[in-house]
Amino acid sequence: MESGMLIYQRNPNDVRSAEITDEAVFHCRRRIIKTMGLGALGLTINTGFVQSNVHASTDRKIYQTIANIKGPVWLENKLIGIKPGAYSSNEQATPYEYVTGYNNFYEFGSDKTDPAENAGDFVTDPWRVEIAGEVEVKGKFTLEDILRPHDLEERVYRLRCVEAWSMVVPWVGFPLADLVKRFRPTSKAKYVKFVTLFDPKQMPEQRSRFSAIKYPYVEGLRIDEAMNELAFLAVGVYGKAMPNQNGAPIRLVVPWKYGFKSIKSIVKIEFTSRRPRTTWERSNDREYGFYANVNPTVDHPRWSQARERRLPSSLFSSNTIETLMFNGYAPHVAHLYKGMNLNRNF
Amino acid sequence: MLKPLTFFLGLVPLVYSISQVYLLQIGGNHQLGADPGKALVMLQGESTIRFLLLTLMVSPARKFTGWNQIQKVRRMLGLFTYFYASLHLLAYLVLLLELDFGQLQEDIRKRPYITVGFTAYLLLTPLAITSTDRMRRLLRRRWVTLHRAIYGVAILAIIHVLWLTKSSYAEAFLYGALVLVLLGMRIPVFRLFRNGLKPEI
Repeated sequence: MESGMLIYQRNPNDVRSAEITDEAVFHCRRRIIKTMGLGALGLTINTGFVQSNVHASTDRKIYQTIANIKGPVWLENKLIGIKPGAYSSNEQATPYEYVTGYNNFYEFGSDKTDPAENAGDFVTDPWRVEIAGEVEVKGKFTLEDILRPHDLEERVYRLRCVEAWSMVVPWVGFPLADLVKRFRPTSKAKYVKFVTLFDPKQMPEQRSRFSAIKYPYVEGLRIDEAMNELAFLAVGVYGKAMPNQNGAPIRLVVPWKYGFKSIKSIVKIEFTSRRPRTTWERSNDREYGFYANVNPTVDHPRWSQARERRLPSSLFSSNTIETLMFNGYAPHVAHLYKGMNLNRNF
Repeated sequence: MLKPLTFFLGLVPLVYSISQVYLLQIGGNHQLGADPGKALVMLQGESTIRFLLLTLMVSPARKFTGWNQIQKVRRMLGLFTYFYASLHLLAYLVLLLELDFGQLQEDIRKRPYITVGFTAYLLLTPLAITSTDRMRRLLRRRWVTLHRAIYGVAILAIIHVLWLTKSSYAEAFLYGALVLVLLGMRIPVFRLFRNGLKPEI
């Protein structure tokens, strides 16, 4: 039962004065203080953190749901053993209610609150993931089999949306590279293509005639990007199973790229020799490129990418910060793009 | 009765926004989400387009129903359109740009949906200024011509919504279809007008 205590804010001095009056941050800190207190009493992260969440904010109903989010039994058993992972940011994590209440998951609607409102009945168990293409081991596997050999770890990553807002999210999962190695891609595998579930019965926007997006949602990485130590497959947030609106039961997290690359509710991982055409390239390739690396020097036609609003922003202080090259992960990923013109390969 | 009723209807979105800001500031259960500034800008924008559509509906509604009283609230609806458009622009300037006028200039220059939205606002401004009875008498026939600019404003507003759409065209298409119908209905009116029948004002 004993697991290491995870503290979401490792360095309280990082909090800027502008944030201190923010009510949501205040709640978050209270929660952290409580977590630390409970941690000192020897409680594990899974019980201590969640309980403190509910206590700290009885006025916000969404917090109570954190305790109700449960994956299948085998996943809950795995979640008990979460270890703190490497590469975590020491920034203040975005409160749970915003991580799970402000989402772009267009299959469930285009407003930020639509996914949380519409994905409640989304069935994510049983779940199968197909491994296909240029790999030695192929087939459809249950999610339990996909996860079986992997230990779960927590990574606190910055998430930068192409719409110029950002969050800091404590993900739970395992490195994508470990999965890729397991299925032994052949020498022809140059790219990895990911596909989201296509199920118009469950996903209302997939039935819509007005959708600007063609479903199923498709994303892709170059194989060396997929093998990078930061690329992550997440099955949870905040020490709990992944809420449906965040892409349950399994999603990609590539923190140096804009959020839309981090595809949700994955049913297929295909190794290909040719570059897959992604959903956003098909929708509008002038605005969205295959690489989609966070890059403050290349503007989106509709937004400047030089800065970002770190959520939650308060009303009269939008909490705007400078956007960093590769979302601040340049030391880990810049070498992948050596010699490439990033203005053209945006 | 109709005028006070319209006036209170016009204030509903404002009261809603104010109450949400109040709830946000006291830490209550508000609906503004993680990005309240952006949510408020969007709310004012939605109110603008709704009042614009209501304004455009007045004349056709009067003709279809023969209820002439309704014409009395057209100016008020038009002024509410301008009021929410001003709040929309102000919220964007204060809450999103934090009064960075350099950024405003860059946005107007570089972001087509903002260029179009800002143009619509500029076009709407003289209509609000000349909405008084005195100005109307002063301008006479030219007043009618001037106020036809509202059709241009409506088209620009739809383009503004269309160009900021990312994933679903449902809203833009709904507003667009309404504007097309409301403008389409006026085409025969123009013909009658040219034939020297009673002008439509």
